[in-house]
Amino acid sequence: MSPWILATEEAEQAVEAGITGGFWADTAGIMLVLPLVAFILILAFGKRLKNQGAELAIGALAINTLWATVLFIQNMTEGVLATYSFEIGRIGSDLVFELGWVVDGLSIMMYFLVSLVGLIVFIYAVGYMHGDVRVPWFFAAFSLFAGSMLILVGAPNLIQLIIGWEGVGLASYLLIGFYWEDMENVVAGNKAFMVNKVADVGLILGAIILGLAVGTFDFFEINTAAAEHLETLSTVAVIGGVLLFFGAMGKSAQFPLHIWLPDAMAGPTPVSALMHAATMVTAGIYLMARMFPLFQNLAEGTRPWMVAIGAVTLFALGLLALVTDDIKRVLAYSTVSQLGYMMTAVAAGGYTAGLFHLFTHAFFKALLFLGAGSVIHAVHSNNMSDMGGLRKTMPTTYWTFVVGSLSLAGVFPLAGFWSKDEILATLGSEGYTAVMWIAVAGAFVTAFYMTRAVALTFHGEYKGHGHPHESPRVMTGPLVALAIPAAIFGLLNIPGVDLPGIGNFTRWLAVRVVPMGDHHAEAIDFVIAGSGLLAALLGIALGWRIWGKDRETQVERDSLEIPVLYPLLRRKYYLDDLALGVVGATTGPIARLVNWINDYVIDGIVNGVGFLVKGLGSFVYGILDQRGIDGIVHGLSAAADGSGSAVRKWQTGRVQQYAASFVGGVLILIIVFVFVT
Amino acid sequence: MLVNQFLILAAGLFALGVYGLLVRRNIVLILLSVELMLNAVNINLIAFEAMIRSSDAVGQVFAIFVITVAAAEVGIGLAIVLMIFRNRKSANVDDMSLMRW
Repeated sequence: MSPWILATEEAEQAVEAGITGGFWADTAGIMLVLPLVAFILILAFGKRLKNQGAELAIGALAINTLWATVLFIQNMTEGVLATYSFEIGRIGSDLVFELGWVVDGLSIMMYFLVSLVGLIVFIYAVGYMHGDVRVPWFFAAFSLFAGSMLILVGAPNLIQLIIGWEGVGLASYLLIGFYWEDMENVVAGNKAFMVNKVADVGLILGAIILGLAVGTFDFFEINTAAAEHLETLSTVAVIGGVLLFFGAMGKSAQFPLHIWLPDAMAGPTPVSALMHAATMVTAGIYLMARMFPLFQNLAEGTRPWMVAIGAVTLFALGLLALVTDDIKRVLAYSTVSQLGYMMTAVAAGGYTAGLFHLFTHAFFKALLFLGAGSVIHAVHSNNMSDMGGLRKTMPTTYWTFVVGSLSLAGVFPLAGFWSKDEILATLGSEGYTAVMWIAVAGAFVTAFYMTRAVALTFHGEYKGHGHPHESPRVMTGPLVALAIPAAIFGLLNIPGVDLPGIGNFTRWLAVRVVPMGDHHAEAIDFVIAGSGLLAALLGIALGWRIWGKDRETQVERDSLEIPVLYPLLRRKYYLDDLALGVVGATTGPIARLVNWINDYVIDGIVNGVGFLVKGLGSFVYGILDQRGIDGIVHGLSAAADGSGSAVRKWQTGRVQQYAASFVGGVLILIIVFVFVT
Repeated sequence: MLVNQFLILAAGLFALGVYGLLVRRNIVLILLSVELMLNAVNINLIAFEAMIRSSDAVGQVFAIFVITVAAAEVGIGLAIVLMIFRNRKSANVDDMSLMRW
């Protein structure tokens, strides 16, 4: 029997056993609504409030964090599993649209992540955005961002997922183009929106195909159907699944649809932090995990392609972080690379591995972005060539940034080490050995560019202007708050180790889905873990050797050129040029063709119709109206006029004439009566 | 009793009235001629009543009606004549062809 069906039965047993969550799960829908309420309230009253709406946004997410934390702990200790759906409409009699919320391991993990990271970033943003333009609008859009993501991860069906998905896209567009006075930022926002839109077409088509084929949009029924009726559904499942994967590629910035993400750095830094950690880019991975049984059932031919896309993303795009001077872009390429890890893992069958990396990555990447924001706040530049030597002046930022970097690089025993090792182990056990070694090489690259970033930013000599100083408490507090989970959360899922009383991360996620083929390692594979760690340490050592020493020559060494490779990387593999070229080359001729059709075909039709109508009109006016109808009217009046002028002559006004005609009439009557009758 | 002599008288009076109506130019004389014609009718009515002797004296009643109507008619007619004469200093019907086209 299919393992997925086994899982469904286990889930039913769980419902019978009563682990449905109780009050906190029953009211979890509040979490989906609160940020949206905050969004509306801030728009309406934000300007009049003391903190310009920040208190509303933070309040909403604080309540959410409370809810999510309680649910998270409940799920740790006893497990929570429930779905709440409310019908809002239907097509025909079968196809039902429902809204609601899901409370299971996966959703609770995402609620927790979005709420907690969101809360910390919001608090940080109070300091970062202080005195900036349009602060109420910023917090309103920020609330919309978080709220849309919660709607997305709470969705029990594809329809609600798409609603949240588009909401996230909209909010990201608004926030990336937040400083819309600069044309560049508007263009970046447009680019993000349009690339996402291209991918969204895949998502929507996939949802329609799967929904119509299965007869419902409900995730769990689609998953069950995918598992149970594999033979009859296989074609539909492959098409729908590939289309959904396309949507996930866009949102999660997989090669070659990643081109929007680095440009998305145009927004304020807290936006980047939230976008890269908890909301937006994780949506694609979440979708892959939510529909994991479907993707596991895709024909064997498509799965290696997904893994390959993830592998290309994680390695090739990681390299790009080596040549950018903008610290936020370094982190952006790092995110793309890490998303490649997650995608590779989920596609290869590592449900827990991918999600665990998503979980830890959210904390250390948010930490790194907030750290970068703190530095940018101090030196007023995004470029690392304007930084350097900030270790002394900004100690809190420095130490938290180092923790985040080491965690990202995968250094034992920080969080990134455990989650990356999990992915490597999954790839190894699933038989993707080559991809596993690419991932190990990716770990080396990761460590290499993060060392470069740390060295250029915090070591050497200060190269910028003015006197940078440590950021205020409201910004360093969140850094410390994120550094702790970035350091220790790896311990939640040490292979083969159950934490006393609460098990481990794998078990928390597995309440509903014990996914088919989730090969969670039961013990540490020291060879794989060792090679991953070794790659990371080598990367750090090499990076430190190049950029860390000798402060005078640091800059020259950074401008070092490796022929062929570096120009290629600086042009981002020509992908942006390719995308623009394809768009430019296709839209130009199409536009001209459409213009020609417009000028000659459509205008011809329009003019012909106009000519006909005009001819008809002059006929009606000249013949029918002027001659016909007017002729009748004029004829009648002329007849009345003529007869009137003829008859009135009789009216002479001479009394005796009237009397004479009167007498004459009487005589005629007498003659008639006497002689005729 | 014969009615012929009364009928001849009445016919003569009536013809006189018609003649006066058509020929006279003075408006008072025209009104007078109308009175002649009415009285000719009255004579006929009385004569036929005297011959038939109907039980409820229809002829005499009609004659009284005609006299009444004639009195009213002359009253209105003379009032009009008076107003015309005051305005136009003339009682000639040829000067009174105002009500025409």
